[in-house]
Amino acid sequence: MKVLIAKAGLDGHERGALVVAMGLRDAGMEVVYTGIRNTPEQIVASAIQEDVDAIGLSSLSGGHMAQFSRVMELLKKNKLTPLVFAGGIIPDEDVKKLQKLGIREVFGPGSSIASIVEFLKKNV
Amino acid sequence: MSAPVEQPGKFPFTRGIHSGMYRDRLWTMRQYAGFGDARETNNRFRYLLDHGQTGLSMAFDLPTQIGYDSDDAMALGEVGRVGVAISSLADMGQVFAGIPLDKVSTSMTINATASILLALYLAVAEKQGVPWSKVSGTVQNDILKEYIARGTYIFPPGPSLRLIADIVEFCAKEVPGWNTISVGGYHMREAGCTAAQEIAFTLADGITYVQTCVERGLNVDDFAPRIAFFFNCHMNFFEEVAKFRAARRLWAHIMRDRFGAKNERSMMLRFHTQTAGSSLTAQQADNNVVRTTLEALAAVLGGTQSLHTNAKDEAIALPSEESALLALRTQQIIAHESGVTAEPDPLGGSYYVEAQTDRLEREAREYLSKIDNMGGMLKAIESGYVYKEIYRSAYEHQKAVEKKDRIVVGVNEFVSSKQPKLKTQKIDPKLEPRRRKELAALRKKRGNVDKYLAMLRTSGNLMPAIIECVRHYATVGEISKVLRKEFGEYRATHSI
Repeated sequence: MKVLIAKAGLDGHERGALVVAMGLRDAGMEVVYTGIRNTPEQIVASAIQEDVDAIGLSSLSGGHMAQFSRVMELLKKNKLTPLVFAGGIIPDEDVKKLQKLGIREVFGPGSSIASIVEFLKKNV
Repeated sequence: MSAPVEQPGKFPFTRGIHSGMYRDRLWTMRQYAGFGDARETNNRFRYLLDHGQTGLSMAFDLPTQIGYDSDDAMALGEVGRVGVAISSLADMGQVFAGIPLDKVSTSMTINATASILLALYLAVAEKQGVPWSKVSGTVQNDILKEYIARGTYIFPPGPSLRLIADIVEFCAKEVPGWNTISVGGYHMREAGCTAAQEIAFTLADGITYVQTCVERGLNVDDFAPRIAFFFNCHMNFFEEVAKFRAARRLWAHIMRDRFGAKNERSMMLRFHTQTAGSSLTAQQADNNVVRTTLEALAAVLGGTQSLHTNAKDEAIALPSEESALLALRTQQIIAHESGVTAEPDPLGGSYYVEAQTDRLEREAREYLSKIDNMGGMLKAIESGYVYKEIYRSAYEHQKAVEKKDRIVVGVNEFVSSKQPKLKTQKIDPKLEPRRRKELAALRKKRGNVDKYLAMLRTSGNLMPAIIECVRHYATVGEISKVLRKEFGEYRATHSI
């Protein structure tokens, strides 16, 4: 399984993204990490180039609604259907909105790597 | 029982930089705040001052920190989110409306665009009729930790260090009450490093700044007293108290022995502390009040000069007015009711605390000599060494939590299934389009500013040119755009 872990927007908090990336790699997955500060266009371009099975989007700065919606829109436009999940600081009311956009699961603060691994193995 | 050999207020200041510490003067209570637009931030600032806060600490949104105006395409979704959106003098003037700048000190968490935000602050002072000699405050102005952990860099290290030295040089002459750099370990600790790494990497950054200014020809004692520090305070209580003591001792020796400082004020490590955001949990958020109290107590017992206590809802959102007040009250109770302020360094002489202090000093020295052997902190950062050290520690921490070698109450043990709903601070979704309109109106009203922006192409100190630009309402984005063209942009090439 190949997973893209992506930081959207201008947010520089990457501890969570990096720890998840390292954890998924240790669980035997192939992981590509974008680094910080990517536009939705750049994230989708990486997903195409790397031909990934899943995309994990991370944001802790509150820009998730604008940025994640745009990622989903661009995936649709390019007829791509990777499994998309998200993490970071995302209020409950936004979780439901993101799920409607097709983001399958949102892992908030305190989520374990084990739970993300299990989720990916079950759904990809 | 024998008294400790070291004394508060005496070199190497392990036990505190003043002989009387809080008996003479309490720490400054400085809650980090800012969100939405200038008007909302002005309201929160005045609210905090009205409730006994003694200094301001200003949070900027990410576009402002990275040199984009609110109407830039790169600002999508980020305007007013993690701090206040500031694009021009109109915004900055609004933030400080009714707050005389000679009556308050303001700390600004700003790095890549520090010179522009400082220029805006000074321009507001002019408009208020306050001479620059009467303003006091701090710009974080610490770019090295941005490359390592926080991520709001714009330019490559060379021009970034030049901008930092420009501020140091300018303020030494024009704004003597300004703290020109706040060298931060906070964000590296949040990113996952250990206490010893926090000391070592912070002081290594500090060494680089002092070295840069000395190489420009400045006399170390003319600027070093205005360099301050910014540390995290985490949950391991005694280790944290010892961390502050060890950092003070180490810095005093570095300034005296490495840089030949003669003025004792150059050797004193003065610092701001913030309690650890990464120790807060989204689960059972009320527990965070207890965590913050313990951390704040350790910071006070460690001799901090100013303190921010986190609000209980910060693992989920920006603090609400109610939670921000409770956080401030936490400090006030420690200051006025707990009795811990009666004696400087009350834990000095404790076997355990002294042993931890010595251990952390030793471990930090080992890191520092390793960094020296790599050719200095800039080389250590560019090689990816510092970044990897931090994230290796972060990953180890996560594994320990998942194996329950470390207990986090409410997260991996003592879990409750019922989660009470918190009322959290919201950012108005109409803010971004409103800002776009405001900026369009501003640009039309103020006219062409190209002749001021052209002044930025100089090899001399950039501060006077930046001040002239902001006086004429050139924006943070416009000034940054010129500098981006001049200096180029830094791209991180880290991989896991």
